[in-house]
Amino acid sequence: MFIDIKSSFRPAIVMTLLFALLLGIAYPLALTGIGQALFPHQANGSLIEQDGRTIGSALIGQSFTSARYFHPRPSAAGKGYDGMASSGSNLGPASKALADRVAQDIKTGATSPGRPIPSDLVTASASGLDPHISPDAAYYQADRVASARGLAPATVRKLIDDSIERPLLGFIGEPRVNVLEINRRLDRISANQSR
Amino acid sequence: MTLQGWMLILAFTGILLALTKPVGLWLFALYEGRRTPLHALLGPVERGFYRLSGIDPDEEQGWRRYAVHMLIFNTVLLLLTYAVLRLQDMLPFNPLGFAGTSEHLAFNTAISFTTNTNWQSYAGESTLSNLAQMLGLVIHNFLSASTGIALAFALFRGFARRGSQTIGNFWADMTRVTLYLLLPACILYALFLIASGVPQTLAQSVGVTTLEGARQTLALGPVASQEAIKMLGTNGGGFFNANSAHPFENPTALTDFVQMLSIFVIGFGLTWTFGKAVGNVRQGWAILAAMLTIFLVGVTVTYWQEAAGNPILHHLGVAGGNMEGKEVRFGIAASALFSVVTTAASCGAVNAMHDSFTALGGMIPLINIQLGEVVVGGVGAGIYGFLLFAIFAVFVAGLMVGRTPEYVGKKIESREVKLAVLAIAVLPLIILGFSAIASVLPAGLAGPLNKGPHGFSEILYAFTSAVGNNGSAFAGLTANTPFYDAMLGVAMWIGRFFIIVPMLAIAGSLAAKKYTPETAGSFPTTGPLWTGLLVGIVAVVGGLTFLPSLALGPIADHLAMIHGQLF
Repeated sequence: MFIDIKSSFRPAIVMTLLFALLLGIAYPLALTGIGQALFPHQANGSLIEQDGRTIGSALIGQSFTSARYFHPRPSAAGKGYDGMASSGSNLGPASKALADRVAQDIKTGATSPGRPIPSDLVTASASGLDPHISPDAAYYQADRVASARGLAPATVRKLIDDSIERPLLGFIGEPRVNVLEINRRLDRISANQSR
Repeated sequence: MTLQGWMLILAFTGILLALTKPVGLWLFALYEGRRTPLHALLGPVERGFYRLSGIDPDEEQGWRRYAVHMLIFNTVLLLLTYAVLRLQDMLPFNPLGFAGTSEHLAFNTAISFTTNTNWQSYAGESTLSNLAQMLGLVIHNFLSASTGIALAFALFRGFARRGSQTIGNFWADMTRVTLYLLLPACILYALFLIASGVPQTLAQSVGVTTLEGARQTLALGPVASQEAIKMLGTNGGGFFNANSAHPFENPTALTDFVQMLSIFVIGFGLTWTFGKAVGNVRQGWAILAAMLTIFLVGVTVTYWQEAAGNPILHHLGVAGGNMEGKEVRFGIAASALFSVVTTAASCGAVNAMHDSFTALGGMIPLINIQLGEVVVGGVGAGIYGFLLFAIFAVFVAGLMVGRTPEYVGKKIESREVKLAVLAIAVLPLIILGFSAIASVLPAGLAGPLNKGPHGFSEILYAFTSAVGNNGSAFAGLTANTPFYDAMLGVAMWIGRFFIIVPMLAIAGSLAAKKYTPETAGSFPTTGPLWTGLLVGIVAVVGGLTFLPSLALGPIADHLAMIHGQLF
């Protein structure tokens, strides 16, 4: 047994150092170099520029509170869509805090009273940074957005129709609407109308 | 449940079955120490590593030396990570200036990554520097995975060799798996992830001004390089707190699908490698069939429960399945599938928050880990864990028919059965013992976020995940406290090495035996009868041991949920 232990020291220490250099330093740095060279947009966070400023990432959700915009899902990341504090609510199915929060969100967000509210619109996402809502959740908000902007409801519905991303091959993923993207399109429609 | 959802599950299973033999063949080449096409490129690296560390890769080791070298190596790696975490404020690549972590967090995290658990008591984006992630964690993601596969190879040799005192060379097994499988696969995988939107940069954050004019800071980092090995090595430790639910770790439905495949692919391949190693590939397929049976039952239950949704929310006027803690781009089917895959394997990555699953939907991940993560399982750990159950199963079959049990040409005698039972018994002993302690001490009771039975589920899940070396969580539990960091750290260490050492002892004992040819009286270990027996043994051992604790947690939670009782 003692000889087994003694014979292990040199390989254990030297292998640790060698693999630390190879896997802990060379591997991530080499990929950073290759990634930055081949896919600079994605490697730096898929950032969106508009009028010379960075307005967000195509992949990360952000808060919208104005009635003029489509609203994203409730977020448990920090105080909401905190990009440095990703988190779900972690509330269990029989949690009073969950039931109270959903009831409150329905009260403030139910712009189409009488219609059942789409599940994703009142539930917190897993990351707190979900960039998408379901098509149902978008249609649910269409009338509010249309009236706040003085647009025809049909225009807003048409915009939603055009903004739906479909599942790959029909079954990988879910139909969804990117909230930041559709809100940017809304702004463009309003800008064109006022011109 | 939808047709698309089932197509996803069937496509997932089908692709893995198609990959089983090719991956198994590649692993078999590494098991045998054969030359692969990659040797031309990486052979000099391998030989250089041996030369510098004074290793003769052809020197055969007995099980004791194999075990000691593996243990000392893992201990040195553990110390490296402990030091990097404690000293990250004095080391480079720390643009946000994070302080060194506390003693208890560094203790817990170093054990967590060494044991392939990747339990995370911290939130990566607000705690760790880029160097800590790369040097402290990524290295374990590779080496704990290659250690697991090396150990599986050692056990395969135990079954395959005849009258041998040795079971291979740990250093050669570990190095070859790292260099000729994990590293090249991860380079390609990481490039796919970067192209799909996973960041790979040394910047740690970027500020933006949102459309409504608010400031938002986004965490970045060398994410893709870590993400690739996190999945392929069934590690599961996320770069960010939200793990594979975070859009920067898992940006699209396609990356999600590939991530799920990559959790299972090596585990599937190893079943084939085992069959090939013992000279009958049908032995491997029989094991895979038993694993798949349990897996598909679990997927069905979780998918069904999550799609059915939460009656408490339906009562409030919410339509649809349970979307609390799930991402829209994945939806319910892919979230349910991911949760079952990640816990069937010892991965522990999550694309949805298990804590917010329906009671029974969340019970399946818990049960998967409690069964010992032998349903495909972690890379290496899954197959050697399953073979322990197989030894137990032939013993039970032997008792029923009154013959000395045999398995793949080896007589299974009292020593092997005792060691297998020892390894299998560690799991419930520590899970239930530690959960009981945490459920009565004030320091333990301070942890859960949720009240009522769900709070107990959070504690039970934490120790189950730690001992099972899974790393997923009912994440409401506040675990970064001296109590939980210490208890969970010890639990992870026991859960890894107190199974490995008896398993290697079995490998040594089997290798020394002579070959016993199959006769008409041998219990067949390839057909449906054997697969059924395996499923039964796994279910009975897991089920009977843990059922009382499940009744106190998820089952009570389910009854509360359907009766509208809130906590």
